[in-house]
Amino acid sequence: MTDLTLTEPTRPGVTAAARLVVSMRNVSKQFSNGTLALKDMSLDVRRGEFLSLLGPSGCGKSTALRIIAGLGAASAGSIDWPSSKINARGLPEGDIGFVFQEPTLMPWQTVWGNVYLPLRLQRVSKSDANGVIMETLASVGLADFTKSYPRELSGGMKMRVSIARALVTKPRLLLMDEPFAALDEITRQRLNDDVLRLWRETGITVIFVTHSVFESAFLSNRIVVMRARPGQVYADLPLVTSAARDEHYRTSEEYRATTDTVSRALQEAIMRGAQAK
Amino acid sequence: MSQVIAAMNAEAVNAEAGTDSAVAIVLSRTSLIERIFSVAIPVLMVVLAIAAWQAHITLNQVPRYIMPAPLDVITALGTDWGTLYPSLLVTLRITVLALGIALLGGVGLAIILVQSRWIELALFPFAVILQVTPMIAIAPLLIIYMPDTQSALLTCAFVVAFFPILSNMVAGLKSVDHNLLNLFELYGASRWQTLIHLKLPSSLPYFATGLRIGGGLSLIAAVVAEFAAGSAGRGSGLAFRLLESGYRLNYPRLYAALLLLMGTGVAIFALTSLISWLMLHRWHESAIKREN
Repeated sequence: MTDLTLTEPTRPGVTAAARLVVSMRNVSKQFSNGTLALKDMSLDVRRGEFLSLLGPSGCGKSTALRIIAGLGAASAGSIDWPSSKINARGLPEGDIGFVFQEPTLMPWQTVWGNVYLPLRLQRVSKSDANGVIMETLASVGLADFTKSYPRELSGGMKMRVSIARALVTKPRLLLMDEPFAALDEITRQRLNDDVLRLWRETGITVIFVTHSVFESAFLSNRIVVMRARPGQVYADLPLVTSAARDEHYRTSEEYRATTDTVSRALQEAIMRGAQAK
Repeated sequence: MSQVIAAMNAEAVNAEAGTDSAVAIVLSRTSLIERIFSVAIPVLMVVLAIAAWQAHITLNQVPRYIMPAPLDVITALGTDWGTLYPSLLVTLRITVLALGIALLGGVGLAIILVQSRWIELALFPFAVILQVTPMIAIAPLLIIYMPDTQSALLTCAFVVAFFPILSNMVAGLKSVDHNLLNLFELYGASRWQTLIHLKLPSSLPYFATGLRIGGGLSLIAAVVAEFAAGSAGRGSGLAFRLLESGYRLNYPRLYAALLLLMGTGVAIFALTSLISWLMLHRWHESAIKREN
């Protein structure tokens, strides 16, 4: 199913033997209403990867992401963090940033106050936190909006605040749960460019949940296609390109070929899920 | 991270914000005439009503022992100030103290109630029974059981002001955005941190509602309780002065006491409204003018 040409990786230093950041082993999740959201899902995420979890609605991709983040325990299976220090809750705390589908900002706090939250919860003082907060806000282009309240910002800007908050603890793993699904196309493309830039600059590992073939093909160097009923990994597509991922890439032949391949894999996954109905 | 990228990026963000940010920055442009009218109309109406009252007394030659004219009331306010002012302080003290205790108790109990469903179930019957029982019916009992009249009055005013604050706070603490709760859980926030940094601030709009209702009710309850206490009040609050002036057919003083009560009510309303505005005007929809 995968006939993508493997060429030079987009970022130096990332090899196949790179260490694992997180490893899911035979994870299942059954909700209290009996729905089996995930069944025997295994996934190894390597350091520095930009991995997209792609699949139809109800395939359990968001559930998988939440389980990795420690929001709701798995019914069976295990999550391992081979290269992180683990806290009492079994999580590498401060090592995970999470961006929700909605910006999820505190409306009573300014942009600065919202980005301060993760550090505040770690009992970092305001003066100690200010440097890294300003740096992070500048990296998402919000340096001039520190005193604004969320309601004064556009949807895209709110999402930038949410991304800044996720990055302010300098985590090694960034989890993004369909973060740009509610934004218009132009804003989404701009934010995609920015997320890619941040990924290159910081060396962070990203797991990005999306239902957009185009978004996943543009962003990722690995796409994991999931199927529904039960939620499982259907295909694991490495996606390595020599081309710079910029506006020219969006209209290139290579991008078109990639989206074709990914679309086909997604179609097959959807059909499998439908047959299981 | 490089300054150049940041600067380029800021430009992109400004472009992206587009008209949204412009709309947010534009100040509300109520015209001057509209603003003058919004103050002038209510003031004019009150002045007209007072003038009509004065005209009615003067033209129909209503005797002062039936109904005093506004000028008589103003005069009484001046001459009887020595009697009325200490009474005003007594009523104010009970009202403010009752509201203060109700705020502490209401918020405190709400925090305890939402910790566990069992605590809530255990305390629920008492909350309902106390709330639905008319204060005027239990005030005489309280006056008998309490060590002195002042604490009985305080208890009455407290009980009445307490429930709107409690029920609003419980509703507020339960309506916290689930995504934000997830976020706090994700960052390993303690129960205490979640309360201080998330649940309490997110309940502020509900608290503001409880405060405004409780503020008005605490004055009403203080007056009702003083009425119930009657002569047991021994020359204390404004409600007692009302009764006393009524017995003595000193209607100008009765009206002057009434005027002071109304003034106190308006002042409490203005103050609690100001406090809620200060708490909410930067971020909550209820305190923000709609832009369209």
